Amino acid sequence: MINLKGITKVYGKGSHAATALSGLNLSIEKGEIFGVIGHSGAGKSTLIRCINLLERPTEGEVWVDGIELTKLTQGQLQEQRRKIGMIFQHFNLLSSATVYDNIAFPLRLTGTSRADIDTKVKDLLALVGLEEHRDKYPSQLSGGQKQRVGIARALASDPDVLLCDEATSALDPQTTDSILKLLLDINKRFHLTIVLITHEMHVIQSICDRVAVIHGGGIVEQGKVTEVFLKPQHEVTRDFIRSESQNEGPLRTALDAAAGDNSQAVKITFFGEKTYGSALSNVVRETGVSFAILHGTISTIKDVPYGQMIVRFEGPAEAIAVTIAELTAQGLEVEVIS
Amino acid sequence: MNFADLNWQEMMDATVATLQMLIFSGLFTIILGLPLGILLYLWGRSNSIVIRVIYSVLSFVVNILRSVPFIILMVALIPFSKAVVGTSIGVLGTIPPLVIGAAPFFARLVETALREVDRGVIEAAQGMGASTNQIVMRVLLPEARPGLLAGVTITLVTLVSYTAMSGMVGGGGLGDLAIRYGYYRYEKEVMIISVVLMVILVQLLQMAGDRLVRHFTRK
Repeated sequence: MINLKGITKVYGKGSHAATALSGLNLSIEKGEIFGVIGHSGAGKSTLIRCINLLERPTEGEVWVDGIELTKLTQGQLQEQRRKIGMIFQHFNLLSSATVYDNIAFPLRLTGTSRADIDTKVKDLLALVGLEEHRDKYPSQLSGGQKQRVGIARALASDPDVLLCDEATSALDPQTTDSILKLLLDINKRFHLTIVLITHEMHVIQSICDRVAVIHGGGIVEQGKVTEVFLKPQHEVTRDFIRSESQNEGPLRTALDAAAGDNSQAVKITFFGEKTYGSALSNVVRETGVSFAILHGTISTIKDVPYGQMIVRFEGPAEAIAVTIAELTAQGLEVEVIS
Repeated sequence: MNFADLNWQEMMDATVATLQMLIFSGLFTIILGLPLGILLYLWGRSNSIVIRVIYSVLSFVVNILRSVPFIILMVALIPFSKAVVGTSIGVLGTIPPLVIGAAPFFARLVETALREVDRGVIEAAQGMGASTNQIVMRVLLPEARPGLLAGVTITLVTLVSYTAMSGMVGGGGLGDLAIRYGYYRYEKEVMIISVVLMVILVQLLQMAGDRLVRHFTRK
């Protein structure tokens, strides 16, 4: 659906030049929710703006739905942009227009008839749950309501792609969740491809299918959220996941204390329905190994449950080895921590 | 002081003349200054070097017109007025210098008001496939409306004081009356009434302007 090939973006010239993206490649499938996570200054905002050419890359090709946007004339580009909706961190609504008129805005650009606009806007107001606010101005709305208007406006032209530029970063956690739920709902209902950028792992974990981690103007890691989240390879990814869970300091102390002949610390990852199973207790009952839980999380990635636990096994070395082998055989992932 | 001997008919005529000058010069100032201000705004942020050069030239001309004292501009434009409206005196003859004097001033106010429009909103419209024309008509002008109305108010008030100077070149109006009778002929009463009328006019303009700005402010 979206293909970025060798995207380089350099701001400024000569000695003032700053490279935001360097030779970045990215491919996003139709119908998926793709997340890009990175620290501020990593280039994620530039990246998403390159998709609809609000930011024109210095080098590289942007393909959306089989069309190379970077080759189009201004007029052709304007036409293609109507198929790409976008929502923003600061909503960017017209302050001089009502909720109704804001949502109708993209339709009026294309000269849609008054009756068609009315039908469409009413549908969208119902979709985002703002029917009773149709005649209010943006300044009279809460942040979450403003973002709902932004979403309705972005959907008005029936786009194939929705770009979300830090769409929840200005919202409180509860509102963030309700907006994410709405995005997920839209994705399922209209089979809309969603690209979102964020600095919050929580956002990625809640709704994304795949994720790319951007750092220093390039993608350092990408894949299914489950894989990247449970087995992060790059240091930056680990940072994001760590900041999402707890402070590692006390855990380190516990791990150091665990070092010994008859004990072994391991990280066990449960996934899917196994998360709620009793594999661990069944296995240790048979092998006679006892365990202490040092750290643990049980949560979901999108709708899939997962658990990750660091435990210390105590018992004869052979028994611990059998325990680990048995857990692996039951489909859990066990990683020995030295 | 004796207000009984005042020539009220003349007073009335002068008031009407001032209002005529104000309305027509105001109208043409807006017709000329608004597009000029929009061009200044658009050209000032263009990436093209050619357009940036044009902007610099236009901006320079606007600054010159704004820095020449109105009284001198008025005299300098006598031949121009004759060419455009056929006369350089009376209400008709003062309108060209008033417009030439006020339009660049108003254009700058328009440019400033447009710059106040949130960059993000313009970007959102671009993202939705809006053309430059659509962005001007549907985003910039509506979003900047309070600022533009404040600019119109300031310009009209400035025009009131400009019309007062036009008496120097035979323009007529309240300012002319105040100078001819009050200053040259020591008829203080005429001067006082004329000035009071102008003060009232300015107050009314400012109040109406403020009210409109408040009405259209949504922030």
